[in-house]
Amino acid sequence: MNLFDWVVLIGTMVGIAVYGAWRTRHTDNLNTYLKGNHNTGWLTIGLSVMATQASTITYLSLPGQAYENGIAFIQNYFGLPLALIIVCAVFLPIYRKLGVYTAYEYLGKRFDTKTRLLGATLFLLQRGLQAGVTIYAPAIILSTVLGWRLDLTIIFTGLLVIVYTVTGGSAAVNLTQKWQMAVIFGGMITAFVVLLTKLPPDAIHIAGAMGKLEGVDFTPDLKRRYTIWSGLLGGFFLSLSYFGSDQSQVQRYIGGAGLREGRLGLMFNAMFKIPMQFFIVMLGALLFVFYQFQPNTPVFFNQTEWQRHAQGPQAATFRAVEEKHTALHADKQNKIRAWVSARDSGEAGAEEKARAAMVAAQKASVAVHQEARDALRAVDPKAKVKDSDYVFITFILTQLPHGVIGLLIAVMFASALSSKAGELNALGTTSTIDLWRHFRPLAAHDEARNVRNAKFFTALWGFFAIGFALFISFAENLIEALNIVASIFYPALLGVFVVAFFLKKVGASAVFWAALSAQLLVITLFFLGKAYPAREIGYLWLNPIGCTACVVFSLVLQAIIGGKSPPDARTVPAA
Amino acid sequence: MKPPSSDPLRNEESPGVPGFRSWRGVYLFVFLFFIVCVVLLALLSRAFA
Repeated sequence: MNLFDWVVLIGTMVGIAVYGAWRTRHTDNLNTYLKGNHNTGWLTIGLSVMATQASTITYLSLPGQAYENGIAFIQNYFGLPLALIIVCAVFLPIYRKLGVYTAYEYLGKRFDTKTRLLGATLFLLQRGLQAGVTIYAPAIILSTVLGWRLDLTIIFTGLLVIVYTVTGGSAAVNLTQKWQMAVIFGGMITAFVVLLTKLPPDAIHIAGAMGKLEGVDFTPDLKRRYTIWSGLLGGFFLSLSYFGSDQSQVQRYIGGAGLREGRLGLMFNAMFKIPMQFFIVMLGALLFVFYQFQPNTPVFFNQTEWQRHAQGPQAATFRAVEEKHTALHADKQNKIRAWVSARDSGEAGAEEKARAAMVAAQKASVAVHQEARDALRAVDPKAKVKDSDYVFITFILTQLPHGVIGLLIAVMFASALSSKAGELNALGTTSTIDLWRHFRPLAAHDEARNVRNAKFFTALWGFFAIGFALFISFAENLIEALNIVASIFYPALLGVFVVAFFLKKVGASAVFWAALSAQLLVITLFFLGKAYPAREIGYLWLNPIGCTACVVFSLVLQAIIGGKSPPDARTVPAA
Repeated sequence: MKPPSSDPLRNEESPGVPGFRSWRGVYLFVFLFFIVCVVLLALLSRAFA
């Protein structure tokens, strides 16, 4: 990075943060602080929802994932538009009608205090820890590649987001997310266009022939991670729980000028999320083609990690892997060119033969990549052997012109800040509304005190996230554990909301114990899968299983407990 | 006065989107758009396999 890149990066990041804080510095009304300006339009809401969901992982890791495994990951998003239609038609009107600040407040009105506290606690636990990962994940990659100090990167990012999120609350989050999304779109489109100019004419055919464009898999196999079925059913439940019951999303769309704005903002996401993700995974698939024709494509993209060990006592092993990779890479290039020629000649037999040779060369290349990972692991069992996260950033730093490099690094930071801001905003709100106000009911009518407390809790969660991100660097396997925690805690929570909205006859006690039982079932299934890997099911399937279990258990328990519909079910809206 | 409908997809207010008179129409349009996306993806997978 040169001075121009630094100017673009710092100017964009600090500029947006300062602008957001300055524009919303006089926010002292609780409603505006927690829900945003009353005149917020649908596009701002739509971009805000999109910005909160898409973290740096989306823009940095997803192209790398597509580089390795093709565009199949896009199927994960197939359930999203359907879930958003349900949220839009059922969840949102009820949240707005009741005028709640949090989704868990609705549970309190529909059921009872213990169910509300259960929902709020589950959210605070998993989202609070995730907020640390949201800062840590991009910081570790960017600091590794750019040679920055990890702790300073985490602290700078964390403090920047705390400043404007605490100052202006939801109003600042909405405002900054809009501009951050503009930077993200601008940067990603620029990178895509530059990549297109560097590709051979048959790039898309090569990507297809190498198996990178298999976007829809109809195989009815529960063990396959990405199929249209797991995407539709598992993705539907995952999206429904995330958009319908996770406060970091609910808070983005319950504000605004009216119900119409929230609905249009959600429909904007329902329409454009899949095309946007398609664009990102295609970027990865085309990066794969690009690197097939580069003479210096590394055997391992995290060169910092590779070089750190390649200079050590096992240098000969590393050199041997590199030489093998260089020879195979040149051979594969020739085979790709031979396939293109055979394809152009129109001879089916020759084309088939050339394709088989090309695919075999790719398999050999994957095997050498595995050898590289094994060599790293042999030298250092704690070595970072996953290098797909470094593919896109390598392209950015080596192939893009100065200025655009700064813009793309700004994209990575903008996405981290925007999703982190949404999380902090929701954590501060839930802590204030569902916990503090619950335990200090007399203070609930003091608006100024409520705003002060919301600011205090937002800052507290921000500092907690920074501290946790600094701690993770000493315990990296925590990230995986946290991702698992998130995926196993959502389903039961969604089940509680489904019961609340659709099953008027079920009361508080039945749903509370049903949620706990369903949670236990999901955890048991998860650990059984780990104990017997041959029978492990894809994690997306835990979502429909956990949610359905909660609903069925609620009905059974309600039938056992018996009695008439609880009085709250008649007074609080359900669908 | 017409009693409120129990249909969760009912039209509570005009969407204010040109060409759409009800939210049901908007949802249908979004759903059809999603189907078109999946079909196009399947065609892409097949065309370049």
